[in-house]
Amino acid sequence: MMENMEDAIQINNLTKTFGTATILNELDFNIPKGKITTILGFSGAGKSTLLKHILGLLHPTSGQIVVLGKDLATLSPVQLREFRRSFGMLFQYAALFDSKTAFGNVAFPLREFTNLGEEEIEKRVSDLLLSVGIKEEAFHRLPSELSGGMRKRVGLARALALSPQIMLYDEPTTGLDPITTKMVNDLIVETHNKNRGMTSIIISHDIKATLEISDFIAFLDRGSIVEYLPVSEFKKSTNPIVQEFLNL
Amino acid sequence: MNVANLGRRYTEKLGAVIINAIDGLGSVSSFGSKFFYWFLKPPFRMKLFMEQMYFIGNKSLFIICLSGAFTGMVMAYQVYFGFKLISVDSLVGPVVSITLARELGPVLTGLIVAGRAGAAMAAQIGTMKVTEQVDALEVMGIDSFQYLAVPRIIAGTLSLPMLSSLFCLVGNVGSYLVGTSALMIDEAVYLSKLGEFMFMEDMTQGVIKAFVFGFVVAVIGTYFGFTVSKGAEGVGRGTNLAVVWGMISVLILDYFLTSFLVHIL
Repeated sequence: MMENMEDAIQINNLTKTFGTATILNELDFNIPKGKITTILGFSGAGKSTLLKHILGLLHPTSGQIVVLGKDLATLSPVQLREFRRSFGMLFQYAALFDSKTAFGNVAFPLREFTNLGEEEIEKRVSDLLLSVGIKEEAFHRLPSELSGGMRKRVGLARALALSPQIMLYDEPTTGLDPITTKMVNDLIVETHNKNRGMTSIIISHDIKATLEISDFIAFLDRGSIVEYLPVSEFKKSTNPIVQEFLNL
Repeated sequence: MNVANLGRRYTEKLGAVIINAIDGLGSVSSFGSKFFYWFLKPPFRMKLFMEQMYFIGNKSLFIICLSGAFTGMVMAYQVYFGFKLISVDSLVGPVVSITLARELGPVLTGLIVAGRAGAAMAAQIGTMKVTEQVDALEVMGIDSFQYLAVPRIIAGTLSLPMLSSLFCLVGNVGSYLVGTSALMIDEAVYLSKLGEFMFMEDMTQGVIKAFVFGFVVAVIGTYFGFTVSKGAEGVGRGTNLAVVWGMISVLILDYFLTSFLVHIL
């Protein structure tokens, strides 16, 4: 398949097996640049495995993944690690470093990968934390002293610290109350709109939240994409599995 | 069930245990060998290394001094009453000192560090693993082994000889105090015999052992941290395995190191 620069990610005939179990079965689809695409599916459908392939943390049994024009299979481990800095990721439970404060978490990638002075880092971190709605008095709290919603905000600020081209959200609203779910959804849309050209990929099984914020939805079932449509068309899908999911 | 079947079942079980043991040993060795690839590669994270030195070294000082003092004092008593029977009680000092330097110092320090720091390494890394903090490092493009394991392994390897030397020093002081004040051995005799029979090789053997124990305990602690799965239960299991295998490794390695070092030193 030709590499199309309008696509942030091209997944070509991707198959992943663990032993005799086929987790991903000849996936073939592209994720457009600058849009919010959600990969939707039941638990165990292979969503997290797909995410790890996109990040280059797992290697395909067969097939190809091209991210921002680069075939991940051609990158050396060192190049792959450097390339991962094009990604930002918000984990399901934020995955904040529990020994660092909110400020320390956001400053971490800047201290690791940039030559910025402490003053500049302080300014950047403050801007990032304020932009995701963290007030100054919470800057020096440890993750254990933050609420679930605040942790997500700090996790998002940390993910945005190196201005990623692709932002990944792993189950961003799972297990949250409706108000926090709305807050996280608004934050995703706001972040996407603020960072022009950024590609956002959401891995979720939360259909309601997904329909509100996505541009495209890919439905993954037992390792295969059974439907991949713009959100307006997805709602009208006649696919029985999608219908079952929509009517839950 | 006939005898042949019973025999086959037990042979199969024994075989499975041996295969698992070899498999585990291979996994730990492969994990430990990664250290030699990563430890000379930049970036060098001095702050993380110093934090680990502080945790493994400084934070162990009290327990090391306490154990060292009482080990030395108890040994002085035991050796004295044995040696008094053959009228060589003046040799209490060198015997205690050599035993501490060659064996008890490195072995007991290794066991204490395996119980204290090895468990903490497995628990810290294991918790980071199950809460996706390790994944977060990888996604940022940071090698989690280099970031989490390397500083701990270097700190463990360097801390243990220092702790072991301190253990010996405090143990000797304890032995000296008990020997000269409670057992009434003449101070001058105690010290002169110590100088007469204690050699540099005794210290060297202990320090070499301590280096090896420090490396192995840290590798095992970090290995069981990285292999944690299944949430909090997995962290508990990993921590337990790190302590058990850390201690077993120290004891088994001690035998092989002793049999090797007595021939070359």
